[in-house]
Amino acid sequence: MLRVDALKSVYDRLRDRVVITIMGAVAAELQGIGHRPNFFYLQHAMGLASSMGLGVALTRPDLSVVVFDGDGSILMNLGGLTTLARYRPKNLVHVVFDNESLLSVGGFPTATSTGSDIAAMAAAAGVPRAATVRTLEEFVAAFDDALAARELTTIVAKVDAKGPAGFVTDLALLENRFEFQRWLKTAGASRSSHPAA
Amino acid sequence: MPVSVDSSRLIYDALKGCGVGLVSALPETWLVHLIRMAEDDPEMVLVRLAKEEEGVGISAGAHLAGTKSAMLMQNHGFLASVNGIVSCAQLYRIPLLMLISHRGEFGERDPWQTEGGGVTEHVLQALRIPFAYLDSPSHVSHRIRKGLTLAYSSNKPVALLLCRDLMWEE
Repeated sequence: MLRVDALKSVYDRLRDRVVITIMGAVAAELQGIGHRPNFFYLQHAMGLASSMGLGVALTRPDLSVVVFDGDGSILMNLGGLTTLARYRPKNLVHVVFDNESLLSVGGFPTATSTGSDIAAMAAAAGVPRAATVRTLEEFVAAFDDALAARELTTIVAKVDAKGPAGFVTDLALLENRFEFQRWLKTAGASRSSHPAA
Repeated sequence: MPVSVDSSRLIYDALKGCGVGLVSALPETWLVHLIRMAEDDPEMVLVRLAKEEEGVGISAGAHLAGTKSAMLMQNHGFLASVNGIVSCAQLYRIPLLMLISHRGEFGERDPWQTEGGGVTEHVLQALRIPFAYLDSPSHVSHRIRKGLTLAYSSNKPVALLLCRDLMWEE
């Protein structure tokens, strides 16, 4: 499975949700598919995208939050899995694209390439729903199930170690940050017409 | 345990008075009463962390979502959070209110706390983070309020160092 195909396959589900991604391929590919004001790309601070998602999910329970994480990033914040599990916000879906490598910095293998199992670690941390998927069909089904379940879910999607040609996009970091904050400010107005799943 | 309940209450009430609605914390001795006050307050979202750097991400998310927050941590927790502070809070201009217990200063009896105390202010200065000391009950409330005001007007991290003279009664 290609990560960009996985992103494309759920793109229409992201319209009214808070979306937070990590840096690198995920951010560049999602922007390539089409940036929206409800998408925030954490272009550094590896490991903290899931923590940011938790901060939004806990303070805005009326909104549905999706975090697109990666194996390299979550491996830097494994303790954060226990914090996610501790508060288990019902409005958070945590997707980890696992390409078993640090793709944007030379493709060096991460520990998932030698057997470390992120879904098992999430489950052991106490995340109530955690699974690994390997095909596009499995990913879409797991994503839709997670949105419908209203229970904290970690989906580890095994993807090929292939990314875009470049990682720098024309969306300035602060432009994205202030636009995203503004979207969150008004997102409440659409609460009744677009309830979080 | 001679951690000052009165000073902790002053700090907590000042945070509440400023509209802080989320506190992230990793326990240390000087913070026990503050954490219990957050725990007992149904209006406060308390997030217990595994490591302090997570708190930077949580506060960033809370801020963008419209909630004022504060981080409660020891200076060693601040040292453990530096990358998150630089590459999340500073890079993305997040107002971050950090309450840092300033261990390792005059009067410190725990040998293991003594290295962190000597570098905390230097690291704050190197990061260009404005900071003030909370070392007397008389200025707790207005320094917290002014710190938060500066954090929000500058969209940057601000630190308040919780000092022994305020936090420890002996």
